Amino acid sequence: MCRLSAIISDSYFSPMENIMALETMKEGHDGSGLGLVLRDLGGEFQGLKEFPILSGICSKEGLRVMDEYMVKLGFKTKHLWNPRIKDYQGNMKTRGFYFARAYEFPEWAEETSPEVQSELLTKTRLELRDMGKEDASIIIFSFWPDLITLKEVGDPLDVGLFFGLDKKPLLAKNIFAQGRQNTNYAINLYACHPFFIEGYTTMTNGENTAFVPIREFLTSRGVPGYVGYRSDSEVFCHILHYMRKELKFPLKYYKDVTTPLFDREMDERSDKTAIELIKRVLRPLTIDGPNCTIGTDRNGTVFMTQDSKKLRPGAIGGVPGKYALMSEICGVDAVVPVRDRSKDVFPMKYDMAMIEKDAKEIKIWNQKHGSMSTVN
Amino acid sequence: MESKTRLDVNGQLTLKELPYIIRWESDKCTRCGQCTAVCPQKAIEPAVLVQRLVTSEGPMPLPQVVRQVGQGIKQVTDIERYCVGCGMCSLVCPNDAIFPEYNEVNKFAFHKNQGGSPYKRGGRRNSTEVSTLDKLKFTRISMLTDPALDAGRHEFHIRTLLGRNLAPEEMPLIIKDDDLGLDETVFIPPVREIFPIRIGGMSFGALSPNMWEGMAMGVAYLNEVENIPVVMCTGEGGMPPRLLKSRFLKYFILQIASGYFGWDEIIHAIPHMKEDPAAIEIKYGQGAKPGDGGLLMAFKVLDLIAKVRGVPTKVDLASPPTHQTKYSIEEAVAKMLTSMSMAFDFRVPVYPKISGTKTATAVLNNLARNPFAAALTIDGEDGGTGAAYNVSLEKTGHPIASNLRECYLNLVKIGKQNELPLFAAGGVGKTGSLAANAAALIMLGASGVDCGKYIMQAAAGCLGDERNRCNLCNIGRCPKGITAQDPRLYRRLDPDKVAERVVDIFKAADAEMKKIFAPMGRSTQLPIGMSDGLSVSEKAIAEQLDISYAC
Repeated sequence: MCRLSAIISDSYFSPMENIMALETMKEGHDGSGLGLVLRDLGGEFQGLKEFPILSGICSKEGLRVMDEYMVKLGFKTKHLWNPRIKDYQGNMKTRGFYFARAYEFPEWAEETSPEVQSELLTKTRLELRDMGKEDASIIIFSFWPDLITLKEVGDPLDVGLFFGLDKKPLLAKNIFAQGRQNTNYAINLYACHPFFIEGYTTMTNGENTAFVPIREFLTSRGVPGYVGYRSDSEVFCHILHYMRKELKFPLKYYKDVTTPLFDREMDERSDKTAIELIKRVLRPLTIDGPNCTIGTDRNGTVFMTQDSKKLRPGAIGGVPGKYALMSEICGVDAVVPVRDRSKDVFPMKYDMAMIEKDAKEIKIWNQKHGSMSTVN
Repeated sequence: MESKTRLDVNGQLTLKELPYIIRWESDKCTRCGQCTAVCPQKAIEPAVLVQRLVTSEGPMPLPQVVRQVGQGIKQVTDIERYCVGCGMCSLVCPNDAIFPEYNEVNKFAFHKNQGGSPYKRGGRRNSTEVSTLDKLKFTRISMLTDPALDAGRHEFHIRTLLGRNLAPEEMPLIIKDDDLGLDETVFIPPVREIFPIRIGGMSFGALSPNMWEGMAMGVAYLNEVENIPVVMCTGEGGMPPRLLKSRFLKYFILQIASGYFGWDEIIHAIPHMKEDPAAIEIKYGQGAKPGDGGLLMAFKVLDLIAKVRGVPTKVDLASPPTHQTKYSIEEAVAKMLTSMSMAFDFRVPVYPKISGTKTATAVLNNLARNPFAAALTIDGEDGGTGAAYNVSLEKTGHPIASNLRECYLNLVKIGKQNELPLFAAGGVGKTGSLAANAAALIMLGASGVDCGKYIMQAAAGCLGDERNRCNLCNIGRCPKGITAQDPRLYRRLDPDKVAERVVDIFKAADAEMKKIFAPMGRSTQLPIGMSDGLSVSEKAIAEQLDISYAC
């Protein structure tokens, strides 16, 4: 099993907060890896909101190839962040050149629509990923404005120190962290959560028993970017992307797509005819395994959902202005120790808990009753 | 010079030529004559035999042997009256004095074409080799991070969809604020939610009235009492008119085949129908006898059947191999899908059934482009039939596993795996593993399966097997009354008992499927195409089916 740690706040904070929360949940992960996604960035990236940031790891040769390629496409480096690895005292070995580099769009793309820009970013990310696939000389996690991804194998705290996040933190208002539990030993960084595609991110605790049919359904949609799948959890991110970006569904329908109601449970829903159809048409996207998913929509709304059997832990707590979405309640305690615990939320099988970008309140969508309630 | 064979027995067959040899024990036999009366082939007859009789009498009994003339049983060696091994003789014998024994070294196939007429029979392919379906194992057992489910306590939803599903992009949804609505003015093809094992097409005519009605009663009970929505295909030959106009029609798939038998009644009943049928199946082929149409031999066309089918009695009812009014299969499929959809006002899914073939993907691609195609059923070589040429049964046809898999992966390639459901038939439950075979086909990509022979065996005690036992379905002499049209024979079958067994079968299959899906962690959605759940211990099969190898 893995452990998930997401924090959303109206002020900037350091990813060390997520990492310290993961420390409290150590019984649920074995320290085999850490993945971090930071959005709504502060600190040195605060003034660079509109510039896409390429996150990844390169070898020396990979860096040269990548730079050449980016110049050829017309991307100009605006800002570069590197971890200060030389100050690190521990046992971790460096894999290469870690970077989060903000670029200016090529001139032709500056005035185009956000959709064209989005396609360009996805295409570039996938091409770079392909270029470094053979020898792992280029590993790319994300390429998106105001979003940085860091991933490395090792104990989460150690990885945090390795990246020097304790000394010179990257700051953000929305940070996802996953402490990995190694289930298959051959660790591939592309298999580490959180997953990213075009502004959508998810991380999941569980195992996706319906992985193969879901993967086959997604890859046959003809959408660029539905590739990879080194982890069975990557499909959760692509399902989110598919229903939001391709099908334009409101976010709360993520529940009806991944864990549809039984027909007999639909009577209270005013949109019954629509969800009946969705259930049939998107039948292969039903997740059937035990999964707790935490994700962020492209618009910055964070959510947590459970599988229909509610077989994984998940807890949300906080105060207006700062909420923690964690695998376990001890993680919430670590992040927001002073709060009204009676307002903690444990999403059940019909629930989808959502917190919008301003982190003011928790909204709970009940799929069965078709009702939205608010906790603040 | 006249050949000696005409003067003595040299021209006759010996018992060793025949597939079954009757073992009869004179000293147990009471000479009641029941065996000779029941034998559907008249393969045994009373005979006058010289017998050796041992008696011991008197105060100092010594065995005395005498030879005397007496009555007994004799098996005939006439090839037309060969023993089919049905075993009815042993069933009726009050004293276990008689039974047929399979003769491995028989030369039956060399002789069963007298008069230039090839061997015709009912039944299935005579092959005792283990089928691919029976070789597949479910190996993705949830043991670590993913807990296995409790098959007894957890809620399982073992259901599938029969009908054309829209492409996701085609859903007529209206986004209003934060809600989705449905544009009711747009046509959405009809889709039925059914149990993933269906009873495949076996006609009223091929089956006796008692068998057919027993199954129909069982199906109605399953739907209305057990809440297991099993549907049953009529086969070609229509159905009793009172059922057409009953509320039970919704549990039936009406089959139309190249002879259109029964459709006069059906068309006339349409205005009086209280319910829509579950679906319409257009039969283009049958796995057991690809390239052949249906065949109901004159022996079986008695009054009731003639009436339901709208034909004279005692004539061979041969459906043509193809739908004769159409120029090509593409045209036939397109026109028939449209016209049948129209006949039922586009409220009923209409789909074709073809025999397993190397060209199945071509048919499939045609269907994928046709928005009226509701599904495709592919019937593999291990399917059964009421009547066919032996050579068709034995040597033509395509195994279902790889055919189905190839079609499913083709749909995946074009992204329509959910839009056009595939149903697999032909050998499902061949050796008794109905649920396991069904689950394996589902994980290879089938939305559901059809079974026919399994039902006949399990619900009515059909005697047929893969060693050519019985297989008299074609000539109306079914000794169990399953495929007979003579009331003296079919009254041997109790329709209530058939119905009870049909219910047993599906309840058991439902429970067994749960036992298969539970350890794999699947419960809310049928694991269609979950090929990572399967393994096989033969590399060539693993490669062909694109599943893992395990040994």
